[in-house]
This record gives sequence, C-alpha cells and structure tokens, in this order.
Amino acid sequence: MDKVRLIEVKEDILSDNENMASEVRERMRKKKAYLLNLMSSPGAGKTSLILRTLEKIKHDIRVGVIEADIDSTVDAEKVMEESGTTAIQLRTGGFCHLDAAMVTQGLDALDLDSLDLVIIENVGNLVCPAEFDTGATKNAMILSVPEGDDKPLKYPLMFSICHVLLVNKIDYLASEDFDLGALKQRVRALNPDIRIIEVSCKTGEGINTWVDWLRNEVETSFSG
Amino acid sequence: MHELPITQSILDIVVKHAVTNNVKRVLSITLRIGELSDLEDEWIQRYFDYLSKDTIADKAILKIERAPVIMRCNGCSHSFEAKIKEKKEIACPECGSTKNFTLISGREYYVKDMEVQ
Repeated sequence: MDKVRLIEVKEDILSDNENMASEVRERMRKKKAYLLNLMSSPGAGKTSLILRTLEKIKHDIRVGVIEADIDSTVDAEKVMEESGTTAIQLRTGGFCHLDAAMVTQGLDALDLDSLDLVIIENVGNLVCPAEFDTGATKNAMILSVPEGDDKPLKYPLMFSICHVLLVNKIDYLASEDFDLGALKQRVRALNPDIRIIEVSCKTGEGINTWVDWLRNEVETSFSG
Repeated sequence: MHELPITQSILDIVVKHAVTNNVKRVLSITLRIGELSDLEDEWIQRYFDYLSKDTIADKAILKIERAPVIMRCNGCSHSFEAKIKEKKEIACPECGSTKNFTLISGREYYVKDMEVQ
C-alpha cells in the first residue's frame, strides 16, 4: 500500500478566466476602446439604462453593445431598434454569467476600430457575474429601489468589485421602505472608493450625472 | 449555476498536479474559499463525482475551508474579521470607526492541497 502524502497545490481556480480577462483588457487598451461591464439582478433596469445612455451619447461617442441572456434575443433587438446602435446578442446557453471567453466572442463580432465604447449587459444575476472577470475596463452595477437596501448584506462580492453603483428607480423612494443612507453606508464599508449615483430611467433624473461620469471615463482612460 | 465550470477547473488543476507528482490516486482535495464567494458545498461534490469518473481523482473528497473576510481600518490600521452578512454596522473594534476600510482578504478561491497515494 502506498503511503498517503500531502501535496501543496495553492493554485487559483479561476486563473484561466483571469488570464483571458487580462488579454481582453490589453486588446481594448490597444484599440483605445473602453469596455463597461453592467450588472444587476433581473428587472433592475439594465436595458433601460443602456437606452437612456445611448440617447445622450450616441452622437459623439461610437458605441457597441454586447447583450447576454440565457436564451433570448429581445434585448439586442430592442437596443438596435430603439437606438440604432450595433448590438450583439450572446446566448449563454444556461450559464448564469459571462466569462472572458464569451466576451471575447462578442468583441470578435464588433468592429473595434470604429468604436470608442463597448457596453456589456451581463446576465441578470447578483451572484455569479461577480465571480468572473470579463476583462472590462470598469464594472458598474444597478440596484433598483424595489429590491431593498439590504442587498449589500446578501451579495457583498458584487458590491465590492464595482466601481460605480447606480441606484435606479428613485422615483419609487417615496413609496418604498428603502433607507438610502443605510444602503450607502453598507456599500461604502465594503468598497470605500465606489461612486454612487441615484437615477431614474423613467423620469430621467440623475441620468446626466451618470452620463458625465461615463463620458469622462471614455475620454480619459486611454489618453496620455 | 457556475459550479460546473468551476468544478472542471478544479479537476484540471488536481489532475495536472497528480501527474507531475507521480500520484496513483487522489484521496481528498482541500479548497480555500473566501466568505465573500458563493460556492455550494454539496453541489460541488456532486459535480466533482460526475466529472472525475475514470480519472485519477475518482471518488476524491472535497474539503472546503472558508477564509474569513478581513478588513483593515484606514483610520488606525487595525485589521479585524468583519461579519459582512449581518445587519449590524461594520465597526473597527479598536477605534470604533464605521467607515473607510480596506478589504484585505475574503476572496480566496484556490486549491490549497491534496492528499494522495
């Protein structure tokens, strides 16, 4: 009988994805195209936010959109119809998130030489997408007021990896038991540098602040 | 739902190390997973049993070690374990500050070691 021995491994489980994500980042840097990964739970307003954003920026920033869904093409169709922007639909075939390999496929289908910004609409989910680096320049997430202010307690990883948090549907604040101050404190304890912007895709409130942030990111990230 | 690709990745790492170390059989594998990450213990073992059939790691037992979330208070530089899933506000036990922390650990996601024959 062979002796039982212990082998030290210490190898990162997600290293393949992380290597691929670094390649995506390098590719975008060379093309001087900004990649934004937009995440949220289903129904928080990702598609609405993208449409609102395109309305404001499409005349001076060249944008492509990568839509990810488990099995449907409605989001890409909606974005193309309503904004005239090129949108690629990725069907994740049951997977709950996009990984860097799938994002690479999406980027292959776009003409990056003629784009300044690519927005990824990730699968609606606050768990899995947080675990998989897509290679994005920055991560943004939406939390909508009806979801509740306790979400950072339940999905801490998502709140800790995002650079900007959009609190959407603030037109519901009056009718919901939602403590914006408590939310901000919980989020900032996990992630002190996060930018928090309150918006309503319905009324348009706060959209300019968000668009200014995004425009500044796109303009300054690859200059100099 | 992301347990399947994760499990495949674990198996690939285990088989690679088993081959380079001339292993006949892998008995158990220890994973170190941070408290910030979600990983369903029971499901990952089931996926592993399924994927590892006919490999050197067939019937190996997965042991999951959870790594706590450690934060450092930027005010007084004290490091402490944070209970991030509780409603109670996170506060530095040293100086009482409730803001301005840096996350030190809690996102571990690696294969730590394995028992082999």
